[in-house]
Amino acid sequence: MSEKTLKSIRRVGYALWRAALRALPSVVGILIVVFLLLQMVPGDAADVLAGESGGATADTLAALRARFGLDHPILLQLLAYLNNLAHFNLGYSIRYNASVLDLILGRLPHTLVLMAAAQVVAVFGGLVVGALMAARAGKWTDRLLSLVSLVFYSTPSFWIGLMSLIVFSVWLGWFPSGGNITIGADLHGWAYIVDYLRHAVLPVLSLGFFFLSIYARLTRSAMLEIARQDFVRTAHAKGLHPLRVIVRHVLRCALLPVTTVAGMHFGAMLGGAAVIETVFSWPGLGRLALEAVLARDFSVLMGILLFSSFLVILTNVLVDVLQAWLDPRIKLA
Amino acid sequence: MKKTYLCALAMSVLTFSLPAFSQPHQGGTLNMLVEPEPPMLLSVANSSGSTVKVTAKVVEGLLTYDNSLNPKPLLATSWSVSKDGKEYTFKLRKGVKWHDGKPFTSADVAFSILAVKKYNSRGASTFANVTDVKTPDAYTAVFVLSKPAPYLLAALSATEAPIIPKHLYEGTDIPTNPYNNAPVGTGPFKFKEWKRGSYIVYERNPDYWDKPKPYIDRLVVKIIPDAAARMIAFETGELDLAGETPVPLADLDRVKNNLKLGIETRGYSYGPTQTRIEFNLDNPYLKNLKVRQAIAHAINREVLKSTVWYGYAVDSPTPITPELAKYHDSTPSPYEFNPKKAEQLLDEAGFPRGANGVRFKLVHDAMPYGDGFKRVGEYLKSALGKVGIEVTLRTQDFPAYIKRVYTDRDFDFTNHSISNLSDPTVGVQRLYWSKSFKPGVAFGNGSHYSNPEVDKLLEQAAEEQDPAKRAELFKKFQRIVEVELPDVNLVQLRRLTIYNKRVHDHSIDAQGLNGSLADAYIE
Repeated sequence: MSEKTLKSIRRVGYALWRAALRALPSVVGILIVVFLLLQMVPGDAADVLAGESGGATADTLAALRARFGLDHPILLQLLAYLNNLAHFNLGYSIRYNASVLDLILGRLPHTLVLMAAAQVVAVFGGLVVGALMAARAGKWTDRLLSLVSLVFYSTPSFWIGLMSLIVFSVWLGWFPSGGNITIGADLHGWAYIVDYLRHAVLPVLSLGFFFLSIYARLTRSAMLEIARQDFVRTAHAKGLHPLRVIVRHVLRCALLPVTTVAGMHFGAMLGGAAVIETVFSWPGLGRLALEAVLARDFSVLMGILLFSSFLVILTNVLVDVLQAWLDPRIKLA
Repeated sequence: MKKTYLCALAMSVLTFSLPAFSQPHQGGTLNMLVEPEPPMLLSVANSSGSTVKVTAKVVEGLLTYDNSLNPKPLLATSWSVSKDGKEYTFKLRKGVKWHDGKPFTSADVAFSILAVKKYNSRGASTFANVTDVKTPDAYTAVFVLSKPAPYLLAALSATEAPIIPKHLYEGTDIPTNPYNNAPVGTGPFKFKEWKRGSYIVYERNPDYWDKPKPYIDRLVVKIIPDAAARMIAFETGELDLAGETPVPLADLDRVKNNLKLGIETRGYSYGPTQTRIEFNLDNPYLKNLKVRQAIAHAINREVLKSTVWYGYAVDSPTPITPELAKYHDSTPSPYEFNPKKAEQLLDEAGFPRGANGVRFKLVHDAMPYGDGFKRVGEYLKSALGKVGIEVTLRTQDFPAYIKRVYTDRDFDFTNHSISNLSDPTVGVQRLYWSKSFKPGVAFGNGSHYSNPEVDKLLEQAAEEQDPAKRAELFKKFQRIVEVELPDVNLVQLRRLTIYNKRVHDHSIDAQGLNGSLADAYIE
């Protein structure tokens, strides 16, 4: 490895460390606020368990609450939770009868794949479509693509998901209708990856298209704005090939707002993933969070919040690094 | 026209003659649904609906039940009850082995029944009278009771009283024992794998005592949270079998028009579902009997059956459903559909229509489970609006609903469904017995109803040995609550199983899909 790469790796690592340190107080603050907010939600996990069982006795309810410490005062519960957290213990799930960390780690990879793939589709697709729209601004290609992106922007993703299932799964039979692998096929290596990807195509596209349309419109407007600037005129005047001007000069500058927005949308994507995971029976974190709320299984919910806030911090740092690379004027703090 | 008719005839001949030709066939993978994801895979310390759906695949009970709820041998081959009703003797099946190879004995039975009594929220009441389980020899178990419990024999299914391996549970904390998530039983299927959020896999137990069952090689239980996605999975063939009306009723035409799919209503007699309006009798309007009578007169059960439940419901103006035929009181409701009479009663009660035509206002909470109860609420709003009661519908999620109705009692009236469970003493008594008015406990006496005569009848029925006398006590009780209306019992739901027609013999006993599926086979 060259001196330069080592140095930049160290720089990125340092940026990550700084971001984590800066974020730690806010993460803890968020957890405390969320914990207190959740206490205001009516009903607790014991109510849910009793309700699901279609009845209980006062004794069994009391025993359940005692077992999970739900009968302690709220402040004590909060301190116990923070104490556990300080010992890297995320607690035990009442609803799933399993450790929260195991539950989350079991779901995290699937959500990461879904979100990363959807983000890649959205950013690259958005850039291509946006560049095309900008290049053909005002012409019919631009109008058509604008219309299509408007449709994807305004249609709820669960509906897109269900329609894509009916078309590509029921009618055409190209893709499976749910889950993330073929159950019982016991695949390994390449066959496993292909199977996984076949299951991922529809959820990734359903999740990605909403963001793709956002990025496409953003790219279009940014590129049109930049195309009017002096340095672009100079590039043209130098006699550079128009395609080269668009890609190297205009698009590169347009990447800055797009990557900023993409980083900001990462959290929104986690929310969108909850819907997509439900429609496609995808075993991800978003669905787990939704179920945890409905089951009042707050240790699971807090665990997911913790993990997702780290994810958001990580993406923000990566976006910073990316921007520093795109625009040498930006320095990593 | 003629051609269509012939076609239909040929098809009906085909469908009717098929069972005669096809013999149980070994092999294949059956994909069934469980939703929501079960908290555990074993109902020893958790009796939630989805845990009950999977438990009986791996573990067994002492008994099983046919469609008319007659007990049949399973792990117990014969049983007898002492004259005073305080001793139940079970002879156990010999040569049965746990999935780990250890022999099944009476020690397992004694251990399991006492564990269910201690840790299962329903078992705590069902087995409350069981003080001890004696094991005179390895294949005899004797339940010793403090008081007679005529409902006990109906509660010995795999789901209500699962028999678990003592050698894996003894000395552990039963509610958190890891085998609750990876059960070991004596049943037709062995647990293989649980991928949280996706599926549970069971494999055929080749050493099952009831050979050649089971017929299916692999049972995959899928978790598909979205109802529309479940319909799609049926259409693509990725789902073969799902119970308890797994798709929206509005989608039923898609099922009916699909030649591969069928609808089955059998297999639900173990715990039939009753729907009802529960009043808060502490409400200033609703504590007035005339107001409750008026509401009963304003409701047309025909609309509920045909429009709200798409025809899959039967009249049941009484808390014990027609499905429990022995105990059901079949006299019609004393309050027929008659809006005029309703108005007259409301006038008599001292609530005349105001200037805007409204007598008084109520808030209605429908149980947030599926969309059926919401539709009932919408119907109530329109039906009661016609007689001058303005109803506002309020929505919340399930835990908030439970807390509002049963803990805070911050409600006017609600509609929901409730299971009769295995016997009226277990499933119905809790709703009307004054001693089960305990704020904080879900699905108890939520109306705050209290009638010493009803209490007495229920308590007598809980101990009465003579079946005929017991039925008479239950009927007397029903006639009182039908008149006094602490609640309005509406209809019994016909729950639907949707299945791929290649799957046979899945709903042949009282438990249907919640049973072991040892008899199910794939063509």
